Amino acid sequence: MTSYNNPAHTHMSKHTLSVLVQNTPGILARIAALFSRRGFNIDSLAVGVTEHPDISRITIVVNVEELPLEQVTKQLNKLVNVLKIVELEPANAIQRELVLVKVRADNETRSQIVEIVQLFRAKTVDVSPEAVTIEATGSSDKLEAMLKMLEQFGIKELVQSGTIAIGRGARSITDRSLRALDRSA
Amino acid sequence: MTEQATGAHHPQPRARTVGHSTPAVEHVTGAKSLIRSLEEVGADTVFGIPGGAILPAYDPMMDSTKVRHILVRHEQGAGHAATGYAQATGKVGVCMATSGPGATNLVTPIADAHMDSVPLVAITGQVSSKAIGTDAFQEADIVGITMPITKHNFLVTKAEDIPRTIAEAFHIASTGRPGPVLVDIAKDALQAQTTFSWPPVLDLPGYRPVTKPHAKQIREAAKLIVQAKRPVLYVGGGVLKAHATAELKVLAELTGAPVTTTLMALGAFPDSHELHVGMPGMHGAVTAVTALQKADLLIALGARFDDRVTGKLDSFAPYAKVVHADIDPAEIGKNRAADVPIVGDAREVIADLVQAVQAEHSEGHIGDYSAWWKDLNRWRETYPLGYDQPADGSLSPQQVIQRIGQLAPEDTIYAAGVGQHQMWAAHFIDYEKPATWLNSGGAGTMGYAVPAAMGAKAGSPERTVWAIDGDGCFQMTNQELTTCALNNIPIKVAIINNGALGMVRQWQTLFYNQRYSNTVLHSGTGEGGSEPSGGTRVPDFVKLSEAMGCYAIRCESPDDLDKVIAEANAINDRPVVIDFIVHEDAMVWPMVAAGTSNDEVMAARGVRPDFGDNEDD
Repeated sequence: MTSYNNPAHTHMSKHTLSVLVQNTPGILARIAALFSRRGFNIDSLAVGVTEHPDISRITIVVNVEELPLEQVTKQLNKLVNVLKIVELEPANAIQRELVLVKVRADNETRSQIVEIVQLFRAKTVDVSPEAVTIEATGSSDKLEAMLKMLEQFGIKELVQSGTIAIGRGARSITDRSLRALDRSA
Repeated sequence: MTEQATGAHHPQPRARTVGHSTPAVEHVTGAKSLIRSLEEVGADTVFGIPGGAILPAYDPMMDSTKVRHILVRHEQGAGHAATGYAQATGKVGVCMATSGPGATNLVTPIADAHMDSVPLVAITGQVSSKAIGTDAFQEADIVGITMPITKHNFLVTKAEDIPRTIAEAFHIASTGRPGPVLVDIAKDALQAQTTFSWPPVLDLPGYRPVTKPHAKQIREAAKLIVQAKRPVLYVGGGVLKAHATAELKVLAELTGAPVTTTLMALGAFPDSHELHVGMPGMHGAVTAVTALQKADLLIALGARFDDRVTGKLDSFAPYAKVVHADIDPAEIGKNRAADVPIVGDAREVIADLVQAVQAEHSEGHIGDYSAWWKDLNRWRETYPLGYDQPADGSLSPQQVIQRIGQLAPEDTIYAAGVGQHQMWAAHFIDYEKPATWLNSGGAGTMGYAVPAAMGAKAGSPERTVWAIDGDGCFQMTNQELTTCALNNIPIKVAIINNGALGMVRQWQTLFYNQRYSNTVLHSGTGEGGSEPSGGTRVPDFVKLSEAMGCYAIRCESPDDLDKVIAEANAINDRPVVIDFIVHEDAMVWPMVAAGTSNDEVMAARGVRPDFGDNEDD
């Protein structure tokens, strides 16, 4: 699902789309079905409500070339419940993922693991004689690097959220969509 | 949830909504509000079959004086009939079915309408909202099933949502790029008490189709048109949907550019017009296929560069710049990159293009296509559409179809099934006006013709409607002839009976060493294709049609052809079926074999046209 254990980054490139949708039943199914039907690959997907209870925000990371990306956006725009789509450029956006990872640990390795945790400004959230559980947030690159460092100790379990992202600066992508929704309500 | 004592929470009617408003609030059931909504949106005909979950809606339906319900024999027939109705009248077609199998039987016609952008509203009953998700009797997740084949769909579980949802469904189906919309209504929502007032306020903040084209793009397109040496107007079904045929004629005559109309656009430009070079594509006219291949500019209007038009995509129209106008932005650049993309309604686009080209002309920039027309006319003369008469004196299917077209009254509507007869009907009948040709283009749905003809006739009772059907197609949906006979819908059906799944058989002839695996319909197993023409006559289409209340005759000789067609045209009090026994080896030409380049078009078997390519090089 993520690039963590994904070998080759071919000529494809990652794009982060923020999709504002009406918070209606089945909207996630509509979007997921569109991606599978048109053969688009989702790298990660995260959904949650926004500051407006009637609007959800779906952050989708897709791994496609430029032209198919245009198709992705255009096809998404055709969904009646989709209000707005914005591509967030990495340079102008903050992107975060959350991982919870359970690493094998004993008296010998525990301190080394904690050192790595501090290095990546992550948190140790649970400790037992055989394992340490770590919570970390960050860009997928940072998390990838941390996981690589932890691999040597043995990763017992890994759970990872989809990327969420927000643009830098004062402007908000929800403004205009909210106004449109208020008008029609 | 279901009871609403007053109309206090009901949305206020929006002043600018069109249609006559009914200010008074009516206290009704959800079912009655559904029928009232259908009356208010102007749905005069509904094709359907009742069943458990939709049953509450059929009670108030009985009292409606504005909505005529036609009881079909299979839900697939209801769906195609609604499509035929929509294509013939330009209005939204409506079909209705119950939950579970009733709804799933609508899947094929909904998919068909989706591929051909037909405005359709399908209303299905759903099990009670409390039973949804429990695998209740006749439960099917029809909203989930039809998600990829509808423009949009709705599940309604509250009575008070019914009028707004119906209004939204008709709005979505008929605006922008038209398409099918499904409304699934839970039985308890139909049974609950609610209030009805009209018009409701639409709540579609994410639905904003663009119809007005960008002026700069229009000017850019006009510039390319007058600069081009070998332009082609590549016209698709969107021109018919947008009612832009008058504007198209002006544009074509103003520019003098050749026009090719796709299978979905037959009738958008008169076949007899001197600028018309025929239909493009796999079975297109040699001139049309070649014009696209040699063009230096394609002006695509409401067309989508379908694989049946382009052939092998990377060798399609290799010298052409592309102006691509479509109301659906996702079609532009999907298959072929556009040099000038124009998003907009075809009618507005073409009207604006006319003005922009006139502006170019007034500045002295006029396209000179005289050398281009010399080529086009040479190809037209050398490779016209045609066919050979069978040597054994049997009926030629092409001649049957051609004579039906020549003997039919003015404004006749033709509905075809899918296969050889469809292509011959596209070639050998002249389409001079819009809404005269109905067929299943994108989906290629066998069995489309009879129910679509029924829907067209129900919507346009004053016009003659001929279904041109194959014997394979006919056996899929012929039961709707009973519906026609019982409901005074006197369509005419020509069964082009070659005893085989003809188009598949043609591919077996050409690409599978004449091994006719499972394409012979009129003989049992083990016979192969060795039966003489006519075969076993099982089923007997004449007796079958008579049993369904039709007038039916058989025609086997060219000598009787005109007589039986005239006889059919003279009968208007019941459906007519003619079983034309035709030669089984007739093939559709020209042809571009699947997966090959359009440069490889064959005018006839073994005849590769000579375009003087060597001189060009």
